[in-house]
Parts: sequence; structure tokens; C-alpha cells
Amino acid sequence: MATRVGSPSATSTPKTCTGAQAFVDALLQEGVEVMFGYSGGAILPFFDRLYDAPIRFVLSRHEQGAGHMADGYARATGKVGVCVATSGPGATNLTTALATAYMDSIPMVAFTGQVPTSAIGNDAFQEADVTGVTRPVTKHNVLVNKASDLPRIVKEAFYVARTGRPGPVLVDLPKDVQVAQLDVPENVKMDLPGYRPRVHGHARQIRLAADHINRAERPVLYVGGGVVLAGASDEVRQLARKGNIPVTTTLLGLGAFDEVGDADLALHMLGMHGSVYANYAVQNCDVLIAVGARFDDRVTGRIETFAPHATIIHIDVDPASISKSVDVDVPVVGDAKKIVSELLAEIERRERSEWFAQIDAWRKQYPFSYDSKGTNIKPQYVIEEVCRQTENQAIIATGVGQHQMWAAQYYRWRFPRQMITSGGLGTMGFGLPAAIGAQVGQPDRTVVDIDGDGSFTMTLPELATAVEQNLPVKVVILNNSFQGMVRQWQELFFNKRYSATRMQNPDFARLADAFGAKGLRITEKADVPDGVRELLETEGCVVADFHVEPEENVYPMVTVGKSLDEMELGGLA
Amino acid sequence: MSRVNGAGMEAKDHKHVLNVLVQNQPGVLAHIAGMFASRGFNIDSLVVGRTEDPALSRVVLVTSGDEPTLEQVRKQLGKIITTVKVRDLTEQNCVHRDLLLIQVHCPPERRGEIRQITEVFRGSIVDVASRSVIIQLTGSEEKVEAFIELCRPYGIQQLARTGVIAIPRASQRADAGRSQRPSRRRAANAKPSRQHPAAPPMPPS
Repeated sequence: MATRVGSPSATSTPKTCTGAQAFVDALLQEGVEVMFGYSGGAILPFFDRLYDAPIRFVLSRHEQGAGHMADGYARATGKVGVCVATSGPGATNLTTALATAYMDSIPMVAFTGQVPTSAIGNDAFQEADVTGVTRPVTKHNVLVNKASDLPRIVKEAFYVARTGRPGPVLVDLPKDVQVAQLDVPENVKMDLPGYRPRVHGHARQIRLAADHINRAERPVLYVGGGVVLAGASDEVRQLARKGNIPVTTTLLGLGAFDEVGDADLALHMLGMHGSVYANYAVQNCDVLIAVGARFDDRVTGRIETFAPHATIIHIDVDPASISKSVDVDVPVVGDAKKIVSELLAEIERRERSEWFAQIDAWRKQYPFSYDSKGTNIKPQYVIEEVCRQTENQAIIATGVGQHQMWAAQYYRWRFPRQMITSGGLGTMGFGLPAAIGAQVGQPDRTVVDIDGDGSFTMTLPELATAVEQNLPVKVVILNNSFQGMVRQWQELFFNKRYSATRMQNPDFARLADAFGAKGLRITEKADVPDGVRELLETEGCVVADFHVEPEENVYPMVTVGKSLDEMELGGLA
Repeated sequence: MSRVNGAGMEAKDHKHVLNVLVQNQPGVLAHIAGMFASRGFNIDSLVVGRTEDPALSRVVLVTSGDEPTLEQVRKQLGKIITTVKVRDLTEQNCVHRDLLLIQVHCPPERRGEIRQITEVFRGSIVDVASRSVIIQLTGSEEKVEAFIELCRPYGIQQLARTGVIAIPRASQRADAGRSQRPSRRRAANAKPSRQHPAAPPMPPS
């Protein structure tokens, strides 16, 4: 008889139980409070043990949804997101969610059922080479061959997921391993001889960096998702304030710096659809301090002419990211929080009035703007209303595309873990399930999914999950009956030949009602403020379908092959 | 002038021998090979085998590319959780060995010549047939390649090579050399002096 769940160190002798029970115990040991997933034959033994366990289980309607929920939960809370699926198609359905987390370095552990070890490699029913399929999109993955390895492997999985550069880890559990008996040792030791994440930066490099910053006349802080992951937002703010340095963030770094409280130093987002003033600042700076950012192609524009006058300091936990695409001058490898606080001690304030005057001039001349005349609802206006009525305090999840870029540009970001978005992989359909995961993790916050009609349609069955779990997620669909971003590229580069980008959509408001959520439809500009108010004030899950301007473009835009300072402004300059 | 990683017109391609100590677990080799494939790195040869420690295996691989590429190869290898240590043996004083089995067309009247060449190279004839022989040879890559060239006029029917294995000599432990890296983002001229104020930006078109 398996011993009961509870304090694992209640007895001094090693206890005997099944693999599935040991697995549940190991999860509790790791502090797991909630799991997202979908059941199936190969994972049944685990689900039977889960039935009695003090873990909240959120059943999704597709494994991809479960994966994105675990991801959104991790992004919103800083904890490791946990999801579970069965073998074969259940596991392969997780692939996109794992790749999404992998590209954005999100701490997540995915458990998949697998056919019994004796059947592996035999083309068994619902068998798939899951470790093979997911190897390129996970930080680490393991097939558990022996039940006695389980406690160690689970401990290692969580450790690898949340340390160093975080990432998704997959553990494949054959059914016979879940059922086999094992003795669980009291102290489980990890065996990871090849994994030594770097924490402390090299003191000499830090001093060198401080030296450059102190002598800089036109410095810029370039802050990425790594600052959010490291919990280094406070330290970065102190660095910016103490040194008097303007701050720009990447898409994933939004919220790492308070764009309202520290508005004088905030340059907002940089890159392909970033602000003019952020891009100009980077192209004209003499010292660029990159913290937890990886010089992604969406940020740099044409690499050969990126930050041409700058000495580049790069603070990052992953040595492979250093000088991967852009040569840097002062690399500092280690944990951002520790390094920035050490750097802080050596920073002096400089006035740099000329630099700030220049930046202010750019800010005044080139704010984010759109043409608000005309009868159609502009998507940017809807976002401004959402921002205003949530008082910059909501957690925002997004899908991918134009709506995502407008959310980044027109919402004002105030705290880390506020922006929940798929940056690296750019996964349409991320918005709703990620919002669900975020709401589970932050039950007291307003969570709004700003979505597009294309993206929303991909994972909309998860509305059933939101309603079943009583999660008051608010969905804003910026509905233009197009895959907007692709249409924009077709307009700019393919002569408006809208090949396969127009979409006939269902009535989203009625669809929401059918799921048991509240559906709203807003088609008139004058109804936007009331529509947003009704969305936010109605209890429970609400979907508001805003019919917006069908052919609106995201500006500024740095097109392919152009430098960061060669932006298209769409005639609004 | 290309500045971006991996696309150098003037970047020189170096061959590097990497010695990677890995955990002896299923999937590790697949992980390394998969990483090379997905990042577009080149594998000239790869040999893997056990070491004195049953928990560890050694992978010796030969890869080629310019210096920034090689640096990425080393770092990406190090990133794999199951790799324990990555050493670049190229610049170090090592013992390199490659094993060759080569089947050469050999009519009876040529047997003497071929035997002589084989002896000079300290190889051995391991199989004799009526019109061919199979020769076994170990040595450095250069020696093996020279022998293959000598065999070519006689007619090579088939050959198999293991690829290089290598371990550093005990006498020296020089670090892998760091050759000058081409800049990846700078314009053709040297960095402008810090005294030069930033030019006002061109108004966007």
C-alpha cells in the first residue's frame, strides 16, 4: 500500500510506493500547487494518484493550450509552470508550446506519458519518439527507464528549468515505470556534472563596464526579458536613476522598467516596431548597456550598421548569447540581479543634459501616433481605452501580429511580469491560454487578453477551460477579418496581393455566449469606451469583439535590410 | 564586406578538433548531432567511445568554419546539459590518430609494390584476394591522406575511415589560440573618436 502524500520526511526509513505516487510526491516536494494538462491512456496511473493529491488540476481542451497555460502561469508568477499530457499525439501537441517557452527562456516542466518500456520502438499504439521530437526545443529532456531514477530526474528537471538561463524541460514517463514499485530515498541527489550555471560576474569586467558607463556622454540601457526572469527590475531602475541613463526595453522586457513612474528616462520599446526615439537613441549612443537581452534580429535591424558609435556592454547569464550575432566589447556573464547591484556601487551620476535634450526633441517630434479621424474604430484607440480604464495595472496577454505590436506601443507598462507575450517564436494562439495561466497564478489581478481574430481562432476552445475554472479573463479581439501583420507585409512588399490572409470569422460574441462566457460586439467608434467598461466590469470571462479598421498598418516599421534609424513612419511624421 | 557571423567572404575557414566529454546516456549523441544540424554547423568527422569512467563517454569531432562560428560551436556544445566539458584541441600539442581500411585493386604482379608502400607507411595488409588487397593503416590525418593518394593510381575499390581521435600530450597545456576575430557590426573604418558629437539623424523618408 503506498504511503500517503504529506511531509516527505515524516518517516526516517525510505518508503516504498509506485512510480506514479513517487512522482506526485516529488511534485509536492518542489512546491507545485497547480498543473495544466489533458489525460490519456499512457498517463492514467499518474492521474489516478493526482485524484487524491493537493494539487489544483486545470483541464485544458487541447494539449497546446495546456502548455501555453503553464507558460503564462510561469511568466506571471516567476514559478515553474507544470503541464502534463499523454503519449503519442498528446505529447506531440505540446511541441509548439515547448518551442514557445524555449525561445523566450521560460521555466516549465512538461510530463508526458509513454508506452511501456517493452513496447518502445515497436510502433505501439499512441507511441511517438517524444524525446526525439522535442530535443531541439527543450533545454533538457529525459526518458525515465527505471522507476528508481524518478525522484532524481524530477528534482533535476525542476532545477534545470529554473536555474541559469531558464527553459522548458520534458520528462517522458513510460506506463510501466509509473506502475512499478520503488524505494524513495530520503535525500535525493542530483547528478548533473555538465551543468554549472554561472551566477557571479567577473569583478574586472564589472569594473570595466562601470568605467565606460561613467565616461559615457550618450549612454542607453537596453533591457530584455532576462531582467524580468532574473527579478532584476529594481536593480535596473536604480542603475538608471543613479547613473542618469535612459532605458529602452525589448518586447519581452516591457514592464521591467516603469514607463509611468520613471517616464523621464523611459524610451519605450525599441526595434522593428519600436519607438522612433528609442531607435534613434540606440543608433546615436556611445555606450549601450545590454542587460538580459540577446540582440535579436527584430531589435537590431541591419546588423552591420547597428549602434555604430557604441561601446557595447553585455550582461547575460548565457555565454552562448554573448557575441552570437553582434560583437560586444565588455561581456559580463552571470546573474543580472547580482551583476547590476555590483555595478551600481561603482556608478556615478552625470548630467548629460545635451543627450537628454536631444532625446526629448525626438520624443516630441515622433510620438507613437495614428490617424484618429475617420469613422472606423482604430485598433490603437481600443488599446488606449483599455490602458486608461485598467489604469496601467492589468496583466496583458497577447496573440501574435499587429494587435501584439499595438499593445506593446500603446499600453504603458509599469511592473515586471505584466506583459505575457510570445516574442521569440511568435506563436499565434498564445493569448487566451496564456491569459488563463496568468489568471490562475495571479487571481487578484485583472488579466486582459488583447488578441487578433486570427490568433484567437487558433486556441479559442480554451474558453471552455476559462469558464469551467471560473477565471474572469477579459478578451479583447481586434477584429479586422485579416491576418493583419501578414496583410501589412503583402501591402508593403507584394502589391496588396492578399493571398490567403482574408478570413471569414464566426460571430465571436455569440460564440462566447455558447461557451458560457459573456459576449460583446462593438462596431461603432462612439461605443468603444462603454464597450471596454462593460468588458472590465462584467463578472467572469468576457469576450469583446471590436470590429476595427480592416487595413491599418503598424508604424514605425524598420523593414528588412534597413538600419534601425531608417524607419517607415507611414506619413504621420 | 560581410560582417555577420557565418557569412564571411574574407573570413578564413579553420578546421578544429573538439574533445567533448559527455554523460554516457541515451540521446546525448543525437542531441549533439541535432544541434550541429539545426545551427548549420559542419561535422567533418565524429568519433565517440567510452572512457576510463563508465559514466562518461568521449566525443572527438572535427568541424570547420571561421573563428566566430567555432566560438559558437564551443559555446552551444557547452550549453547542452549532458555535455560535461568541451576542449578545443586544435592549438594544443596532441596525439591525433585516424584509422583507415582501404581496398586497393592489386593484380598478382603488383603485390610486391603495394606491400612495399604499405611497409614504408607502417601499415599492414589484412586481407588478400586474387585481384585486390585490404590495407589497414593508422596515423595522423596527413599521413592517412598521403597514403590514400599513393593508392589512387592502382585503383581504390572502397575505403573506410574512423575519423580522428585525439588526446593532448601531457607535456604542454596551452589554451586554444584566440585569433583575431573579424568585427561583426562595425563599418569599414575604425571607431570614431569619442570627441566627435553624434551627427543629427537623417529625417525618415
